[in-house]
Amino acid sequence: MKIKRILSLMLRHFYLIKASLPRIIDLIYWPTVQIILWGFISKFFTMHSTYFNNTVGIILSAAILYDFLFRSSISYNMLFLEEIWSRNLINLFISPLKVGEIVIALTCTALLRTLIGLVPAVLIAIPLFGISLLELGYPLILLLLSLYIFGITLGLLVTSGLVRFGPSFENIAWASLFFIAPIGCIYYPVEILPTWLQPVALALPLAHIFEETRSILINHTINYSNIYYALMLNVVYLGVALLTFCQSFKSAKVKGSLINVGE
Amino acid sequence: MKQLEINNLQKKFDDFEAVKKITFSIAANQTVALLGPNGCGKTTTIAMILGLITPTSGSITINHQLLTKDHHYLSKMNFASPYVELPKKLKVIENLKVYAMMYEVANAKAKIEQLVEELNLAPILYKKTGELSSGQRNRVSLAKALINDPEILLLDEPTASLDPDTGDFIRTFLETYKKKNSMAILLASHNMDEVTRLSDYVLMMKEGSIIDEGTATDLIKKHGRQDLEEVFLKLARQHEN
Repeated sequence: MKIKRILSLMLRHFYLIKASLPRIIDLIYWPTVQIILWGFISKFFTMHSTYFNNTVGIILSAAILYDFLFRSSISYNMLFLEEIWSRNLINLFISPLKVGEIVIALTCTALLRTLIGLVPAVLIAIPLFGISLLELGYPLILLLLSLYIFGITLGLLVTSGLVRFGPSFENIAWASLFFIAPIGCIYYPVEILPTWLQPVALALPLAHIFEETRSILINHTINYSNIYYALMLNVVYLGVALLTFCQSFKSAKVKGSLINVGE
Repeated sequence: MKQLEINNLQKKFDDFEAVKKITFSIAANQTVALLGPNGCGKTTTIAMILGLITPTSGSITINHQLLTKDHHYLSKMNFASPYVELPKKLKVIENLKVYAMMYEVANAKAKIEQLVEELNLAPILYKKTGELSSGQRNRVSLAKALINDPEILLLDEPTASLDPDTGDFIRTFLETYKKKNSMAILLASHNMDEVTRLSDYVLMMKEGSIIDEGTATDLIKKHGRQDLEEVFLKLARQHEN
């Protein structure tokens, strides 16, 4: 594992981002619109029912956290897709870069892309809706960490599909998070789901992360078991994703599909 | 000294045998041309040497070291092809910096300056790679392929779709560069004049096998033809109805 090689791939994506203002605007635009939209929807609920008194804080915090997950995963996929679109993958695969170095470089760069998009949106929510993620206290760090790991896990799984099946897998890359969102219990508690679906939801870190977010915001109590379960599940899923990525890379080399990934 | 040795290399894709246990070697400072009709197994052979495809059987030895899962050898090898592009949104200088870093080039600045001068890249250095003409792009691609002073250079149709002047510039550059730097070159090309000019040895492939080999002059003489193109046509059409 060589830090210089990891930095070289990060530098390639840094050059790409800094050279294009539309690219930077695109990174910031979507999370900001998303948060403003959810902010107004939540405000509307609050004004029309006492039941929804604390809704703005809960829904908006959930929206911000979900967007953090969404951005991390999409950023990861985007970085890989950029290489496919620019027909540069072969140059990377024939370089001394190891698979682990590619994964680390993409993981770090995805975080940079995610923060570029999300920090302005989070800052806008403070004056506009009086909501600050910092209200979640120090567990926020663990929740963000959990979300980031899960985002990268999904990114790795989609990237495995791209390596194995080529750009035809691109649509799955965009849709991957929408598949999981309904059982992620982002905006509602797990109990809302049909009984048979609840174990499936609880097998995902998302349900635990968002249950914990609501617990902190509504009850002002920290339930460490939720955080613990989320992190443990993340370790398992990340392990599976890494194995899948390595396996798909190996399989693509046997099938000869690596040389056609960009076509 | 043999820089690259290919021994009984075979690749099967399910029932289709793309490369049929071929054997050849390239010495240091030697250019070997790999010729053959489309689909004869050239790209698969190159891809196996580059580690992009896992061989079904056989061995690839570089500097007497068996190619294994260890990718250490990749730092001593490079590849250029007009069909593999560098990131288009990056400036030429940025691409060169990225790849110099990726290959851990010791004195990257000096190496880039040397290549910029030799390949006449100064006028396009701060242009985006995607805005360049095919000739300019080929020169940049070649600069990237030489950034790590490779001991083995693989070239896939390095002058495809170039005008005669640019094509000649690339060929002259390769001749001069090889004289100054000891390097084994494996050249896949459909341009027979280029092959005759650049290669020391020619391998003729057909349907996954090497069906003939020798120097360009020897092959022309052996088959009683005027030039290598005629030899190519004769061998490619052999056994065809």
